[in-house]
Formats: sequence, C-alpha cells, structure tokens
Amino acid sequence: MANEGLSQAVSGEYALGFEIDIENETIEAGLDAQTIAFISAKKKEPEWMLTLRLKALQKWESMTEPHWAKLEYEPIDYQSISYFSAPKEGIDSLDEVDPKILEAYEKLGISLEEQKQLAGVKVAVDAVIDSVSVTTTYSEELKKHGVIFCSISDAIRDYPELVKKYMFSVVPMTDNFFATLNSAVFTDGTFVYIPKGVRCPMELSTYFRINAINTGQFERTLIIADEGSYVSYNEGCSAPTRDEHQLHAAVVELVILKDAEIKYSTIQNWYPGDENGKGGIYNFVTKRAICEGENAKVSWTQVETGSAITWKYPSCILKGDNSVGEFYSVAVTTLAQQADTGTKMIHIGKNTSSTIISKGISAMKGQNTYRGLVKIGSHATGARNYSECDSLLIGSRCGAHTFPYLESKETQGQIEHEATTSKISDEQLFYLQQRGIGEEDAVSMIVHGFCKQVFSQLPMEYAVEAKALLELTLEGSVG
Amino acid sequence: MSMMKIENLQATIGDKQILKGLNLELEAGKVHAIMGPNGAGKSTLSKALVGHYDVKITGGKILYKGKVINDMDAQERALEGIFLSFQHPVEIPGVNNAYFLRTALNAKRKHEGKEALNAADFLRLMKSHLEMLGMKSDMISRSLNEGFSGGEKKRNEILQMLILEPDVIILDEIDSGLDIDALRAVSEGINKMKDGKRTFLVITHYSRILDYIKPDYIHVLKEGRIIKTAGAELVAKLEADGYDAIEEA
Repeated sequence: MANEGLSQAVSGEYALGFEIDIENETIEAGLDAQTIAFISAKKKEPEWMLTLRLKALQKWESMTEPHWAKLEYEPIDYQSISYFSAPKEGIDSLDEVDPKILEAYEKLGISLEEQKQLAGVKVAVDAVIDSVSVTTTYSEELKKHGVIFCSISDAIRDYPELVKKYMFSVVPMTDNFFATLNSAVFTDGTFVYIPKGVRCPMELSTYFRINAINTGQFERTLIIADEGSYVSYNEGCSAPTRDEHQLHAAVVELVILKDAEIKYSTIQNWYPGDENGKGGIYNFVTKRAICEGENAKVSWTQVETGSAITWKYPSCILKGDNSVGEFYSVAVTTLAQQADTGTKMIHIGKNTSSTIISKGISAMKGQNTYRGLVKIGSHATGARNYSECDSLLIGSRCGAHTFPYLESKETQGQIEHEATTSKISDEQLFYLQQRGIGEEDAVSMIVHGFCKQVFSQLPMEYAVEAKALLELTLEGSVG
Repeated sequence: MSMMKIENLQATIGDKQILKGLNLELEAGKVHAIMGPNGAGKSTLSKALVGHYDVKITGGKILYKGKVINDMDAQERALEGIFLSFQHPVEIPGVNNAYFLRTALNAKRKHEGKEALNAADFLRLMKSHLEMLGMKSDMISRSLNEGFSGGEKKRNEILQMLILEPDVIILDEIDSGLDIDALRAVSEGINKMKDGKRTFLVITHYSRILDYIKPDYIHVLKEGRIIKTAGAELVAKLEADGYDAIEEA
C-alpha cells in the first residue's frame, strides 16, 4: 500500500522547459565539408583549425555509432540535425547581450551581470546558448591573476599555442565516434588556463543552454591547471521541452600538471523527455582528465538528473606518480530515462590512488547502469582503488545494473569494490510517516540520505541547487 | 475520561483474521498494559491503531478523542498525537538523526499552528533529553538507527517520544533486548512523560517492564480479543499460572 503513492511522487517535473524568444541564425540541417567550413568561418578560425576539423570529419565518416551500452533509442539521423545555431544579436559584450537572454539566465538562476553578484560568493560564468558563447563574466578580474577564462572560440584565436599543445591531447581527435563528431563540428565551450602556483580566486562555471529547435549542441571544453595551481569548475545545463530528440555530444579535456588540482562538478539537467520516451536530449559525452605530473589531483563530481539518454564516463588517467583521481556520481533516471554512466581510472604512475562513489537512483521506468573500469598498469606499483556502487530503486518498473571491469597488471595493486542495491522499503516510509512526515518528504529524505556522500563533494552553493533539483525531479506532481 | 475507544475491532493481515471483535477503552492519564501469548494479536493491535499498511480493518471502530479514525492515514494519526515506539525500528542510511527529528517535530508544530523551531533551540531541546536517556551526544549526528545496537534503537525511540510529546503512546515490546541499564533509562523517559493526561499502551510479553512503569490496568489479549481486564494485581497471577489459566469474564 505505502508504495502506491510513490509513482505519483516520482513522476518528475521539468521546470526549465521554457523557450527563450530570440531570433537565431541557424544553418540548414546536414553535415559535410561545407558545414565545417561554415562553422569555422563563423568563428573566424585560423586555417590550422579548419584543417583539423576536416580531418576529423573524414575519419568520422568511416566510423560507426557504438552500441555496446545498455541503452535503447531510435536511430540518430546525423544529416537531419543542424550543426550551427546562434542568437542573431549582441554576442560581443555584456552591454550588447539581448535582454531576453539576460532574463532567461536570471530565470535559470544565473546572473550574468557582475554587479548583481557582489552580495554573494563570486562565480564567473561562461554562458553558452546553442552554438555560441554569449558572454563570459569576470574575465578581466581573472586576468589580473593570470587566469584565462574565455570561450574556446576566443582561445583558438587568442591563445593558439596553448590550444595547439593541449587540445586533443587528452581525448584524441578520433577517440570514439561521438568525440570524433565533436572534433569536426564543435562549437562553443569553455577554455580555462590557471598559471603556475595560482589558486583561482573564484568558482568558474559554464551554463549550457540548448534553445533552438532541431539543433544539436557540440561544445568542447579544455581546462589546464599548470604546476601547483587549483581551480574549481562547475557546469550546468538545460533545454526546452520539445517533442523531438536533440543531440548533445560534448568533449571535455582536463590537463593537470605537477601538484595541481582540478575539481570539476556537473549538474546535468537536460530535458528528460516524457513518460513515454517522447522528446528529451540524447547526451553522448566524452570527458577525460590526465594527471600529467606528480601529486596531481582531479575530482569529477556529477549529478545527472536530465536527458532521455546519458552515455558518459568521466575518466582519469593517473600518469604522474602519487596522483589522485576521484569520481563521485549521482545519476537519477525516472520517467523513461536511460543512463549508462560511470568512469575509467587508468593507473599508470606509482602510488596512484582512485576513488569511485556511484549512486544510481531509478524510479518509474528509468534504467540506470553503472559501467566502470579500473585499470592498473604494469609500472603502477602501490596503486590503490576503492569503488562503491549503490543503487536505489523506487517502485517496481525501474532497473539498476552494474558492470565493473577490473584489469590489473600489477599484482601489488589494491582494488576494493563494493556494490549494493536497495529499495525504499514500505517499512522505512511508514516509519517516517508514523512520525508525522508526509510521503513526499519521506521519499526525498531517504533519497537525500542515499546521495549524501556525493553531495558533500559539491561546492556549497551547488549542493543546495543539486538537492533542490533532485527534489523537483523526484517529487513534482503531487504537490 | 476516554482517550481511545476500540469497539468490536476486526482486522486481517493478508488473508488471516487476527483481531476478532476486540473491545478496549483507554483512559486519559492512565497506563494500560496489554499482555498475552505469542500470536494473540498484540502487534496487530498496535499496527491497527497507527494505520499500518499491513493491517486491514474489516469491521468495528477505533475512536480517538471521540472521532472515528478508521480511515485516517498514518501521517495524520501521528500529527494528531498517536505515537508508536516500534519493536524493530528500521534503519535509514544517510539521514541524520537530528535532522529527521527536527523535521518530524516541525511537521507536528505546523499541524498545531505553531512556528517551526530553529536549529539552535532544537539542539538545546534534544540535548536536555540525551543525558537522562544515557545517550552519547554523537547519537544525534549519526544516521537514523543505522548501526545502532538494540538498546540504542529503543533509547532513540524514547527520545523521539520525548520530543514529539504525543497524547497516546504505544510501546510495542519496548523492553525486548534491553539490558537492565537501558531498561531503567527507557523507563525513566517514559515515566517523565506521565502528566495525568497522556495515555500509555504498554504491549509486552513479560512483566519485567511493569516493575518500572506501573500500570493502572492489565488487559489480557488472547485469540484476537481482550478476554480479561483487571488492576495491576493480575500481573502476579499471570506470572504464577500463565495465560491458559485466564478464563474469559
């Protein structure tokens, strides 16, 4: 009995499904060398970038879409997608940003006006709508510290040496089908460089918004933390409610040099589609970090509540001795959502250590798969990994699956893996109700308890957002 | 004055008829003990009173403060002041004990039209009870019942009772699995709640707990019905002769 109200309580509600009413310039659907030339020209790119893009396109045309993940979806017609769409007006400085865009971002809870933010903690934002970055806040202030925070398009023009050196160095151009597609057509994303010994004075963030109809978003982000530096970077995203599926195929590369640290947090809230699987974002993302030097540290924290399909494995290559990789994830699938997500920890250096904490929550018809690889190379003496994968099921129509892969060439390596699957039991719900707590609050209390280890990794203001988002995703319709 | 009146109550769990026309009146300000052999329906009765999902009421009435509550849901009954100390409190990982309790208290206060208690005031209130119950202060920052020993779980139930200040307190086998120190602490907590208005329903196998919480009435529950009601003197007779010797009055 107690579970009856549950499916209602978890039917979800997507609050960010509005459309920004702006005029866009969108190219016709289809993908060929001309499309690439158009994108490159739009971004006023140097010749070398165009050459690389065309090389990627050529390779991509010979590749086939991978289907090893536990995901079922309609075939994607890559020729029916438009690969470039940008708001027509005002994308050069904040003064010129269309007020409708500012308003839309306010609605998403993000202020693009620096002066409005002074009261709270400063967070620098790169705002990306469809294929372009509309503005980047605090760039000037950050520059005083030597920190480069700009769109990837600007970086290609203004910092070609850094881009040439590091782009494709972590995720090679032809790494996989979706990454190769991205290499050919990528539009805006964020570029960050933190110089030696600098602790970035504020949180950096990018907010991605898919707005135009029938377009895909293919951003590329590159973050370099030079020796002894530190940065905490956060990304968020959302999209309007539409009946058609939209493709999002991003690439994120992180380079962490000796003694440096990157903390990368994601709150993914793309439109999930409806209960029957109609509409929603197809999210095929390649994220990878390399701990290049000794004592480098990277930590991925992700809260995945959106998308119809999620295919995403933020990974760590632990090359430097004593380097540390961490992966903290909460993935929620409700409605008809499917997620196949996890991480790869590649231990190459000596005494490298990695931690994986994965929490999957499935409700309604949601299907949640954890897929993770821990690989310990032959020189990685003293390598250690700890993995914990927990699944929580709400109701009886959903599913949770765990695929851990372990490869160890170094016999001294220490790998620990724990996995649990639990259900919100009638007994737990009843206990809370007997103390006067309503069913919805009881469900959210149990779910929050389950996610605690991951939420505690998020920067304070994002943790609050993540909790609220989770509540909205899992509650909603009842009240 | 009557706090709760149970008239001809019939209830099933699954397909099994457990309560078969049970009559019982609980007076305000009194301690009622229900004793009976295993399988008599003691736990089913306590579940029926708090609206547990396992129990289906197939006949009769439960009146609480003069109102029939047969169809009232579990949360509403709790907010109206009916409290059950569970025989086996469930573990809820990751949910902070203090956070849970404050949420519960504030839900009740809201229901009563009172303002929510802030974190500092709540902490003070909680701490005032901890010492008496012999609970370590880290108990409040641990996850709800997770990894608690049997005794800690029961103390935690009593802590909840003290904070929520209910009108009817049902104690289902509160003494099971308690050592003598825990039994004393738990009893002290319960006795502190006696104010001449609250009603206690002590459900137990053994008379041991009744040495600490003095009952006003003893009811013998057998085969789904109350077959005898008497004063505290009945305990000694039950101890000596067992339930089989009790004939229906």
